[in-house]
Order: sequence, then C-alpha cells, then structure tokens
Amino acid sequence: MLMQNTRPAERAQRTFISTRNACKLCSPLGASIAYRGIEKCVPLIHGSQGCATYIRRYVISHFKEPIDIASSNVSEEGAIFGGGENFKKALDNIARQYQPSLIGVATTCLSETIGDDVKFYLEQYRAGKAGFGMPEIVHASTPSYRGTHMDGFHEAVSAVVRALARRGEKHDGINLLPGFVSCEDLRILKSACEAFGLSCTILPDYSETLDGESWQEYQKLSTGGTKIDDIRRMGGARATIQLGTIGTAGESVAAWLERKFGVRNFALLLPVGVMQTDRLMEIFSELSGLPLPGQLAGERGRLIDSYIDGHKYVFGKKAAIYGEADFICAVAAFLEEIGMVPAVCATGAKAADLKQSLERLLENTHPGMQAIDDTDFASLEGICKEAGVDILIGNSKGYWLARRLGIPLVRAGFPVHDRIGGQRLAHLGYTGAQQLFDRIVNTMIEHQQNSSPVGYSYM
Amino acid sequence: MIEILEGRKSQVMVKGGADETVACDKVSLAGSVSQRACVFCGSRVVLYPIADALHLVHGPVGCAAYTWDIRGALSSGPELHRMSFSTDLQEKEVIYGGEKKLYAALSELIEAYQPKAAFVYATCIIGLIGDDLQAVCKKVSAEKGIPVIPVHSEGFRGTKKDGYRAACEALFKLVGQDKGAREKPLGINILGDFNVAGETWMLKEYYRKMGVDVVSCITGDGRVDEISRAHTAKLNVVQCAGSMTHLAKMMERSFAVAFKRVSYFGLEDTAAALYDVAEFLGDADILERTKALVREEVSRIYPQIAAYRKDLSGKKAAIYVGGAFKAFSLVKALRHLGMETALVGSQTGSAEDYDYLKEICAEGTVIVDDANPLELARFIREKDVDLLIGGVKERPIAYKMGVAFCDHNHERKTALAGFEGMLNFCREVHASVMSPVWRFAPARIHRYKRQNPEGCDADAKYAAC
Ligand code: SF4
Ligand code: SF4
Repeated sequence: MLMQNTRPAERAQRTFISTRNACKLCSPLGASIAYRGIEKCVPLIHGSQGCATYIRRYVISHFKEPIDIASSNVSEEGAIFGGGENFKKALDNIARQYQPSLIGVATTCLSETIGDDVKFYLEQYRAGKAGFGMPEIVHASTPSYRGTHMDGFHEAVSAVVRALARRGEKHDGINLLPGFVSCEDLRILKSACEAFGLSCTILPDYSETLDGESWQEYQKLSTGGTKIDDIRRMGGARATIQLGTIGTAGESVAAWLERKFGVRNFALLLPVGVMQTDRLMEIFSELSGLPLPGQLAGERGRLIDSYIDGHKYVFGKKAAIYGEADFICAVAAFLEEIGMVPAVCATGAKAADLKQSLERLLENTHPGMQAIDDTDFASLEGICKEAGVDILIGNSKGYWLARRLGIPLVRAGFPVHDRIGGQRLAHLGYTGAQQLFDRIVNTMIEHQQNSSPVGYSYM
Repeated sequence: MIEILEGRKSQVMVKGGADETVACDKVSLAGSVSQRACVFCGSRVVLYPIADALHLVHGPVGCAAYTWDIRGALSSGPELHRMSFSTDLQEKEVIYGGEKKLYAALSELIEAYQPKAAFVYATCIIGLIGDDLQAVCKKVSAEKGIPVIPVHSEGFRGTKKDGYRAACEALFKLVGQDKGAREKPLGINILGDFNVAGETWMLKEYYRKMGVDVVSCITGDGRVDEISRAHTAKLNVVQCAGSMTHLAKMMERSFAVAFKRVSYFGLEDTAAALYDVAEFLGDADILERTKALVREEVSRIYPQIAAYRKDLSGKKAAIYVGGAFKAFSLVKALRHLGMETALVGSQTGSAEDYDYLKEICAEGTVIVDDANPLELARFIREKDVDLLIGGVKERPIAYKMGVAFCDHNHERKTALAGFEGMLNFCREVHASVMSPVWRFAPARIHRYKRQNPEGCDADAKYAAC
C-alpha cells in the first residue's frame, strides 16, 4: 500500500523539471555544521526565522545534541528595507548571551536576494564597536539557489581560514581539512595523527561539540572544536592535507594556504578502504618521518583479514551510492576494492565532472555504471531498478527507495534520522573501513537470511 | 547563570510573582535561537495530511527538503503527501522570475501523479521576486481541470500562526465546491487533527460508535472530495484551535456550520469533547451511546493508569509545545498522573491562552512564550524537573540535562489522543521517567544520591565531576 497512486512511469534519466524528494540540502546547513566545529562559535543564519529552525531540527535529528543556531529573524520590513538593523542587533544579542569567540554568519536565499551587503554591515558594526572586546565575525555567502549543503560547508571553512589564518611563525604542526565526515571519523583521523606523533589542527572539528558527553551543567556552547588560535597559526604549518575535494569549485583552502603562505598542499580522496587510507598514511609517514605505527598496522592487518573472511558475500554485488560527490567517489573506490560494483553513483548536486572523476579514480571500467548528478530520490528509483541494484549505501533518506525496491540499505553519511548513533558511524581510515565493511557484509547476509524460505543460523 | 535577554523579559512570568502577564505575539528577537518556525511551516503542517493532493513548494530546495515526510500523518489510501516536491529555484530563476518553471513543474507533476487538487506554497524568495502565483495557478487549473490553490506562506510575512491562517484560506477555497452534496443533520467535521499515528481513525471510531456522521476530516487522512462537501455538516469540532479556528469561523459565516473547540488529550478532555458534540447534535440516542462509550472506555483505561500513577506521583514536569491548547490538556493529563507542572510554555500562545494557563497552574509555575534553548535549560535546572514534554528540538536539551522526555509533536509515532492515547501517554512518560539510566547522568547524580542514599555504587565511582 506504500505510496500507491504515486508511481508514475520512472525513466532512466531525470526528466522532471521539479525536484522530487531532494537528494541534497541547502547551503546554510552545511555552513552551520562547519561553524559548530570551531571552539565557542555560534552560527548566525542571516534571513528569516524558518530556515534556521528547520536546519536546527534537521541537524539535531542526526546528532541528537543541542545545536544552537541563531537567526537574525528578518521580517517583512527587513525584507523590504534591508536586514541590516536585524543583523546588527543579532550580533549584539549573540555576543551578550553566548560570549562566543566567533560568530559564523551564513546568508540565506532571502538576504542574498534582497542584496544585503553583509560585508558593509560588518564594517559598520566593527567601527561602532572599536575598543570593545568583540568576538571574531566571519561571513560565508551561502545562497541555496547557487549550491548545496556541501558548498555551504566548504564556503564556511574557507571563509574562516581566509579571515583568521596568518603567516605567523613556522611550526611543526599540520593542517587537516577533513570535509564533511562523521564525528567518529574525526576521532579516527585525530588518533591516527597522534599515533604518528603529528600535532595537527583539524578544521572543522565537531567530534566533541556535536557528539559530547552528558553534562553536569547546561553549557551555552558545548565544549570542543578547533581553537581560534590554532586556526590563526595555520599559515605557519608544514603542510595542509585536504580530504574530499571532488565537487568543489574554485581555489581550495589548501591551495590558498599554499599560495599565500607557502604551506605544502596535499589533496586526497576521502580515505575509505585500504588503498585510500594507505595514501593518507604515506603522507603522515613522510611528514613525521616514521613508519606506520604498530597500532595502525594492526588495524590494517585485521581489516585485510576480514576482507578475506567476507569477500564471497559481496563479490559482484551491485550497489547504488548516493549523497555528496566526494562521499560517493570514495565509497565507489572502496566498493571496487572489495569486489563490489558501484553500479549507480548519484548526487543531487550539480557535478558535471562526476563521471570523469569516477573514471579517473576507479581501477576497472564498469560497463553500464551510472554516474548521475543533479538527480533526486524519485528519479533514482527507475535508475536503480534498471541497473538491477542489490544494495543501497547512503543516508537514511534512501529508506523509501530501499523499501520500494525491496533491497537493503546500509546507512552511511548524513543524515541518519531513523537510527541512533549516526554521528558515531565510521567510514574513514582502517577502522572506519572495517566498520563499513562489516555493516555491508552483514546486511547482505541478513537480507539473504530473511528472504530464505527456511532460514538458517550458521553461514 | 543563564541570562534572559532584556527584550525577552516580558515574555516570561512566574505565577504568584510581581508581574503576572506574558507578552506574546511578538516577533522573535534578532539573534535569539527561537524554537519557532515560519509562516510556510504553519501552512505546510496544516495542509500536509491531505493525501490525494499535490503539495508543491515553490522556492529553493531547502524549504521542501526539510519538510519531506517529517510528520507522522497517516493515510488510509493515497500517499502523495509524503512526497516532497520543489521547484528547486536556481539563480537564473531568482533573477528572471520563477513563473515559467512553476508552470512547467505543476503541469508535469499533475500529469504524472493525477492528484485531486494541488497546493502551491510560496516561500520567502517568491515574495521577493514577485512571481504571480495566482495567475499561474489559475492557468494550470483551467488546463488540468483540478483546483490549483496558491498558499501565501512566504516565511518572513509573520509567524507560524499566519501560516495557519494562509492554510485556512486555501482550504476554504475547496469547501463548498461539491454543490450537489446533501446536508447531514447529524454530520460533523473533525478539524485540527492530523492523524498522527492514526489518531483521526481512533476519533472516527468513537464518533461511529456514537452514531455521528463524520463528513470530513480536515486535515488528518484528508481527501479533497471530502473537504469539498465539508459545508454539509452541522458542526465543526475543532481541535488544535490555534490552527483551525479561522477556517471554522469562515465556514460559520458562509455556510452556517457552527463550531466547538475541543481537545482530545487526556481522559477528561476527550470525554468532554464527545459529550459536547452529542449535546450539540441534540439527539437522545447519540447522547446515550456517548455515555456508554465514555463509561466503557474510562473504566477500561482508568485502572491501568493507576499503576503508572503510583510510580509517577510527585514528579515534576516541564511542558514546551507549539500551541497553548495542547499545553492546557497536558497540564490536566499530568495531574491525573499525580505530576505537577513547574514550567509551561508555547511557541504561539495568545494572551487569553496564557491567562488560562495561569488559572490552571499551581503557584510558582513559570509560564513562558517563545522560549529559547538557554532559557528552557535554565528553568529545567532551577525547577529541578523530572520530565520535559516537547518536540524534536527540545529533546537534546532535556537529555543533556539528564531529564526524561516525552515527544508531543507531530513527528511522533505513538497515538496520544483519545482514551487509548492517554494510556500511551502514560507509558511514554513512565518509560522515560523511570528508566535507570538517569543515575549515570552527571547532572542528575547528586539528586539521585539524595533520593537513594543506599543506591548502587556505579554513580559514585564515575561521578568525578
Ligand atoms: S525560506 Fe522562508 S519559507 Fe523557507 S524555510 Fe526559510 S523562512 Fe521558511
Ligand atoms: S530559503 Fe534557502 S536557506 Fe532558507 S531553507 Fe530555503 S533553501 Fe534553505
């Protein structure tokens, strides 16, 4: 009975002008998450109230943590005469109520469309407050008619670095820009750095702010996050490693740091699986002058051992991966590594070079592999059916698709709204790949078990 | 200490305190983290459960993406409402106008999904770029032969309440369209129940047992055709009065359909609602059957509640919900459980609502309009409550403070209305309040120790903080 009457003939390509069950989110959401990964930072969404409330709700449902995102609450007059007054009042109120070290501004479609000149407002505001202790204020332009949550995320990171990083003194530390990954992934990256003895600034780092402990007292702003001082020192670092650079336009932050301050720049796919993680470890090795530490070598060894234990259950199985472009590229490479076929790779964002990126990084050619950008979940149904997909890998918004196709879904990425622990799902590094591999294999086994007429308890 | 912003002080009061009025209907302060949404949100939630209509959100993708299948409103048939349709405006449309795209999107979607009607929601951007929604809707309606109704829900044009109003205006365009339908002297419409977790079905079953005709449900498990004959009913029974009273008033004026405000939360209020309807219809048989129904249900449910009451009696609750009407019922329902309400607030209550709340609450209760997370946290702490009742956005505040939580919003999957709903409510509250996990929560450890001096040692060991 599910969604009966709602099933038009699906075609292989997106043929609808409208977007049906979007496979992307809007830019200020990505920016807000990035901002929350900075110590004592309050995101301020400049626009009308609804956007901030919806975004908070959406983010809270994934992380299950309090997330304060302020809004400048632009109302009708503001929409007509400009939102400057609201904007400045918002800055005042946030500064008073939260005493933040940074206010991260993201503009909505509304403020972008009425042409609010945030840069100018900020100049005025700063001039008016000269001499008073003020938080840093950073502005990312994030109209959603121009990009998705990923663009918003990168824009915010870029705005923060460009505003705060200084040439400063050279130091031994490295910069790590992980992209939009889970809290667990951030912890995995951090502990890998530590194992190599590398001191490292991860930006953003919401591993604690968005996945914290239970509290003794209510915290206005949850603890953790990248320290402002560390961001300032990024210009003096030995190197920047930027993960997941597919689908981003313009000069990357890492490239900017290199051009401005001569910081060496490594760009890498999100390290999912043995091969991609090896690349990252090689860089860590080079930078630290140390071989792969024993703990990580052990993780790698166990991962490979488990690949062998589980390989038969996944070999030749076709998967559809959907979500952000860099996520699907990394997972596609991982699937290939374990003998699965990345049959459908889809994103709701516009990424004209998705197909080329995939072809470049995959070892084999997969005849019939569909690389689709600018798509949505309704269109994906027909595409997956045609491709004969066995399993879906992606966020929980693919639930309906899986249900209608009668195939299992392995939850990965963002958001996971129908399970607890979305923030603790691991994807990166050897341990992340281990978790992901186990989940995929066990999901395949469980699906077979459930569809067996007699069942079995021994595999 | 968490400070209350100067501009917000008038929106908070303590019963028995110096100034006993709550200012409301104010726009949220710039820079505050309000729990409120926008005009569009108000319209979307009201119209959402109409299952055989197309709901197209005209604007950039976010507004539609965040409202995809987020509510638990069930349908017994078509499920078109669970799809999220957006015109997904891009930069060039923002510059040159979105009418063409809207026309094309509407046409293709109506073609593909064959809905009974279409609602087109205007989001903020539409109010700015000046698309003529009316004209496009009219054109498509003529071409496709179904009602295509614009909903003027630009987010910045007010609060969620204005969104309810816009939704009522849109609904009113459907009401009375079925010109041939005959009057139903014992007919009612259910207004303001959204069939969350099948609640409308439970209510319909009560009315069936009473011998009352339910002409249409607006909008839970809603159908376009039913709504078009809603004018043939005698009475509109309005729950969630904040959202639907405007429609009831319009129907009273144009079609002489009377209306009554009710609430179906809690045994007391549910029984009162059913009696109100029976009495209004003035049919002796119906009244008899209503009495029998209430008797049967109450005697079935009441003893089961007693068990929960034993555990929950004396515990303290905080309530923060969207509409004030829900808050009234909750205060009463909690009292049945022996629980006291220490804090109560809503996003959109009116001055009368807050007066009424003051009446039914005990001395010292904090009453607040449009609270933000910091304030909620502060009061939870100050009042040392055991339970918070609220929505998804409030949950993490409660949990971080080591306080139990009951979801009373439209995302929930448990029916809380009606007699059976009271039982579910007790279960929900009980399952959270009585869980042993709170003794590990740092914010609760000291209190737990006070109450259980002999308690287990686990807490002592880990209570470093
Ligand atoms: S853009 Fe406007 S209508 Fe859409 S969510 Fe934001 S405030 Fe609401
Ligand atoms: S108006 Fe733009 S920023 Fe706001 S919710 Fe819609 S898409 Fe997102």
